[in-house]
Amino acid sequence: MDVLRDDGLQPWAEKKVAPQLRISNVVKTFDGFTAVDDVSLDIYRGEFFSLLGGSGCGKTTLLRMLAGFEFPDRGAITVDGLDLLKLQPYERPLNMMFQNYALFPHMTVAKNIAFGLRNEGLGPDEVEKRVKKSLELVQLSTFSERKPNQLSGGQRQRVALARALIKRPSVLLLDEPLSALDKKLREATQFELINIQKQVGVTFIMVTHDQDEAMAMSTRIAVMDKGRVVQVGEPREIYEYPRSRFVATFIGSINLLEGPVIDFGADGSRVECAQWGGPVQVAQDLAALASHHVAIGVRPEKIRLARADDSAFAADNIAEGVVKEIAYLGDSMLYRVQLPGGLLVKVAAQNLGVWFAADEPVRIGFDASAGVAIDK
Amino acid sequence: MSAPIFSNAQTRGFGRFLAVAVPYGWFLVFFLAPFLIVAKISLSTAATAIPPYESLVSWADDGALVLTLHFNNYKLIFSDPVYLIAYASSLRNAAVTVIFTLLLGYPLAYFIASRSAKWRAPLLMLVMMPFWTSFLIRVYAWIGILKPNGVINSALLWLGVIDKPLDILNNQFAVYLGMVYAYLPFMVLPLYAHLEKLDWSLLEAAGDLGARPARVFREVTLPLSMPGIVAGSLLVFIPAVGEYIVPTLLGGPDTLTIGAALWNEFFSNHDWPVASTVAVALVVLLVGPLMALQNYQAKEEQKP
Repeated sequence: MDVLRDDGLQPWAEKKVAPQLRISNVVKTFDGFTAVDDVSLDIYRGEFFSLLGGSGCGKTTLLRMLAGFEFPDRGAITVDGLDLLKLQPYERPLNMMFQNYALFPHMTVAKNIAFGLRNEGLGPDEVEKRVKKSLELVQLSTFSERKPNQLSGGQRQRVALARALIKRPSVLLLDEPLSALDKKLREATQFELINIQKQVGVTFIMVTHDQDEAMAMSTRIAVMDKGRVVQVGEPREIYEYPRSRFVATFIGSINLLEGPVIDFGADGSRVECAQWGGPVQVAQDLAALASHHVAIGVRPEKIRLARADDSAFAADNIAEGVVKEIAYLGDSMLYRVQLPGGLLVKVAAQNLGVWFAADEPVRIGFDASAGVAIDK
Repeated sequence: MSAPIFSNAQTRGFGRFLAVAVPYGWFLVFFLAPFLIVAKISLSTAATAIPPYESLVSWADDGALVLTLHFNNYKLIFSDPVYLIAYASSLRNAAVTVIFTLLLGYPLAYFIASRSAKWRAPLLMLVMMPFWTSFLIRVYAWIGILKPNGVINSALLWLGVIDKPLDILNNQFAVYLGMVYAYLPFMVLPLYAHLEKLDWSLLEAAGDLGARPARVFREVTLPLSMPGIVAGSLLVFIPAVGEYIVPTLLGGPDTLTIGAALWNEFFSNHDWPVASTVAVALVVLLVGPLMALQNYQAKEEQKP
């Protein structure tokens, strides 16, 4: 799913260029409630950066502080070295695409899009040219004289995008840009947004509560919880190596196998897990966590399932259990397998035409490289 | 679109009919019927009788039923300058009242609408509070405030700001003041109702696109609150044109309004037909066009 990674650029890893947007130790409280708690982020030019979290995690407040609708109690925010906190919203070189698009209902599509250009001292010809070009960008050229309420949800979304981009902002803020669209349209629009972002080369910062959306679109994701950033990383990194139970369970589905680290080394470690029925092997070197109590996270799709009498079944970690629940999802099957210790293990199996029945005894197994230790 | 909605309405039939019929019936009986009676009287002539006007229909000697319509009253009110002046000054009073209630009421309504939900109800209650006291008493209270030895003059004299009382009662200023005071809530309430529905993210969006607050107001807030401005202005203008109490109590001897002209004809001259003519002309000349404007406005609002 690393859609944007095809250019191979990872400035956040190389650290050769200075970040474009710096958020440093920002705190914001409302009536004693800390909405954003000491958040620091560096975002690089051209990124598609997502702030991901549940409702009330502070992601929207953080975005609104970037736009200038809220001011932090403490901390600093700079864009290209410019101190944003000295500027009013109308002075900032950032533009925002609002959650419900906030299109002006009394203006046509063309007037909506041109609104941001009117303060820039451009001649009417230049304004018309830029509006025309941005209508082309979002494929709405024939809709320029319509009013917003004559457009579909997807068209309104594209007008909002065109309107926010026409001032050529250095950073575009997107507040849940796809949440008002239905599922099918949302998926198509994800790719459209990515393509437009590549075309215009503007840094996008998106707020979303939808992990699939964040995974599919972002160069990097900051997962937020209770006003704090709990992990920042590329989608793959966040999914494969969640650093806390919160991130592990918030992004996707995961099995957590708990126990103390009993053995470690460069060629792998072992965690004693009574729930699993014995030691669990992982590929990581857990020297730093020696004798700590950890959880081994294993994604359901990394666990394989076999008949109880399948003697050819091989994996680094194997357990026997009974199928308890089955969910048929079409492209895949989701099983819950109960181990003798009582633990229910989620197993996702691709729909390859092999079925397991309820109450059928099965063997489940995963390789050492599939497990990741989480200590928080 | 309209066809299914219509058939849907038919199936819900009677309850819906009743809900609409009762208020319309009320208007028919208590507004339209009296107006038609007044219109009828305006086409008659005064007489010393009970009621004090001639009947429009009478039997001629040859047994014919005769309908006599007198249009002299209309000729009179359009030729006698007294009525024209009365109309003009009533219009001016109403227009000035609309302008000042709008200038005072818009910021007030905007302020209330932009508060958090917790504060809106009590603030709105304060706007409506004056209605708990009789209108007449409130206008009399202004006499107590404005008269030569009233609250304002006493205070200013005591402070030494002035050495003789200001002439602020029984003149045009007092009329404007009283009318703006009396009609302010009628402007604030519809304005509030529209501003409260305003999507504040539109104002943020405009600011985000580089518009300073003044431009945000001019190009977004103001156009979107226009229906509220029209509604409030009509709600103030229509009754203000016919306002009788404030000009009579606070105005001077030269304050002539259509309400006063009507009163004179009706109670002093006992000329019901001329009084009726004044009333009908007011409705036809002012309220008619204003209703048309409102109707137009409502249609504009429905347009996509």
